[in-house]
Amino acid sequence: MYHHYQKSLSYKIFTMFNYTFLTVAALLCILPLIHILAVSFSGSAAATANLVGLWPIDFTLDAYEKTIGNENFLRSLWNSFLRVVLGTVISMAVMLCAAYPLSKSDKAFRGRKMYMWFFVFTMLFHGGLVPTYMVVTKLGLTDTIWALILPSAVSSFNLILLVNFFRTSVPKSLEEAALMDGANHFTIFWKIYLPISVPAIATISLFTMVFHWNSWFDGMIYMSDVKHYPLSTFLQTIIVQQDFTKMSVDAETLQNLSERTVKAAQIFIAALPMLIVYPFVQKFFVKGIVLGAEKE
Amino acid sequence: MQPTVDLKRQTTAVGTRKQWKVRGTWQLHTMLLPALVIVFIFQYIPMFGLVMAFQDYEPWLGFLHSPWVGLEHFKTMFEYEDARQVIWNTLVISTLKIIFNLAVPLAFALLLNEIYVMKFKRTVQTIVYLPHFLSWVILGGILIDMLSPEGGIVNRILTAVFGIEPIFFLGDNEWFRTVVVVTDVWKECGFNTIVFLAALTSINPSLYEAAIVDGANRWQQTIYITLPSMLPIVIVVGTLSLGNILNAGFDQILNLYNPLVYKTGDIIDTYVYRVGLLNGDFSYATAVGLFKSIISFILVVTGYRLAYKYANYKIF
Repeated sequence: MYHHYQKSLSYKIFTMFNYTFLTVAALLCILPLIHILAVSFSGSAAATANLVGLWPIDFTLDAYEKTIGNENFLRSLWNSFLRVVLGTVISMAVMLCAAYPLSKSDKAFRGRKMYMWFFVFTMLFHGGLVPTYMVVTKLGLTDTIWALILPSAVSSFNLILLVNFFRTSVPKSLEEAALMDGANHFTIFWKIYLPISVPAIATISLFTMVFHWNSWFDGMIYMSDVKHYPLSTFLQTIIVQQDFTKMSVDAETLQNLSERTVKAAQIFIAALPMLIVYPFVQKFFVKGIVLGAEKE
Repeated sequence: MQPTVDLKRQTTAVGTRKQWKVRGTWQLHTMLLPALVIVFIFQYIPMFGLVMAFQDYEPWLGFLHSPWVGLEHFKTMFEYEDARQVIWNTLVISTLKIIFNLAVPLAFALLLNEIYVMKFKRTVQTIVYLPHFLSWVILGGILIDMLSPEGGIVNRILTAVFGIEPIFFLGDNEWFRTVVVVTDVWKECGFNTIVFLAALTSINPSLYEAAIVDGANRWQQTIYITLPSMLPIVIVVGTLSLGNILNAGFDQILNLYNPLVYKTGDIIDTYVYRVGLLNGDFSYATAVGLFKSIISFILVVTGYRLAYKYANYKIF
């Protein structure tokens, strides 16, 4: 694509400035991670002496060995993994099942509008932190993985995205034909709706996974014991709050955990899955935005 | 009766379908049930729990037997220096965030739109999009290390290049809000840019062609075509963010602040958390939270109304 205004001198100067500016902006977004990565591969002494910039000094895998050797870290990694898998599967199953009836016309499913408002209202008004905390504790979910999965299982926003997707991309004629053949709703949902919606399901699943991997606050308030902490909560406790009182660790492990290089290694390990996943999300996301903006 | 697609018997087929629709409704209800139950338990029951705000709630007495105190806690809230400061901090931080999270991504999208080398454009977009996916725990860990006055890389650069004394960014009331706003804009810029870029690509190209025929240069095209065409989406994003005016970023602040900067950085959500869950002052914290929920509710509804009125935006 070439426009004739690109010939003018002022536009050429602007373009040079623009490329420079955007390059700097992109670097600002990625250099902090490169710095942390460099620290994590550096020798402990060099890191403590503030010598590390963007390249490791006294290259060593020491920090990663200490991290992998730490039981608490590994256990919280496992908790996070479990949470992501279970949480995403349950959340998607419940939301997809709900999106199907909600995507019907008002005629085919009486009460659709009322149900829709039931979900939308939760986007507008919240009970807030304290009452929600009490409901979860009163149900006896504390110290179980369900406290991390069930309260956020239905995201009204994602549910509406799915409903809109079903409404706009499943051809009505297919459904009509299946109805003629005497198929019931479960069959239509399973055989027609789900296969057609694979891209939307993939997008929202990825978002749900990212949400579960990154969530830390619920782990902190609902888990009384460090052994139930997901990785994000574990890192929040030892890196951000620098609170080691909850861990029953010996002096040597404690020494290791407070080392700058070990902290950097843990941060990088926690960021790694996101680095792998996010380019895929991005590909789908533009579609998602369009899907969210579809008008009836 | 077997339904059939034989044209002569179409009436029968349609009739069968009608009956079938009525019969199938229970299946639709069954499919909705799990989501209804979960939302009811975890979203609606806590709303009933809001009665705590009007009681002196004692855990061993429960909602039914705790003494009622009316608007006592709300009065306390407005008399407390703390609470007033917290509401003010929230408004300042979130207003700055709303402005910059609208202006910066918009400018960024316009600049990206002038890049005709697709590979470069896509690479920049992908990289800038990255911080959105990192949690505030990870970013908090990175920022605490980088902004540290004892050899954090930012202070090292400032000292080496400008000869400035190290600044304690996260422990200084002068700096804290700036850091919060800048890092939030940095994190969300790529994500917010996507919406504007999508809007830019949907502008009708014949408008530009006509302008070029009229001898408009690129700057004039931007002023007279691009910006007016972007107005609806800017209005939508702007009005919808109104509802967030009392959300100044709980996750972010909880991971960055410390007692040194409560004066400028403590916001409603972090305050509710400390007072309610850490000090166990359930009723008072619920009252503060309820105050926030009600204001937010009014703002969100207003925001949606405005977005619908001026830009014809509907969520469903």
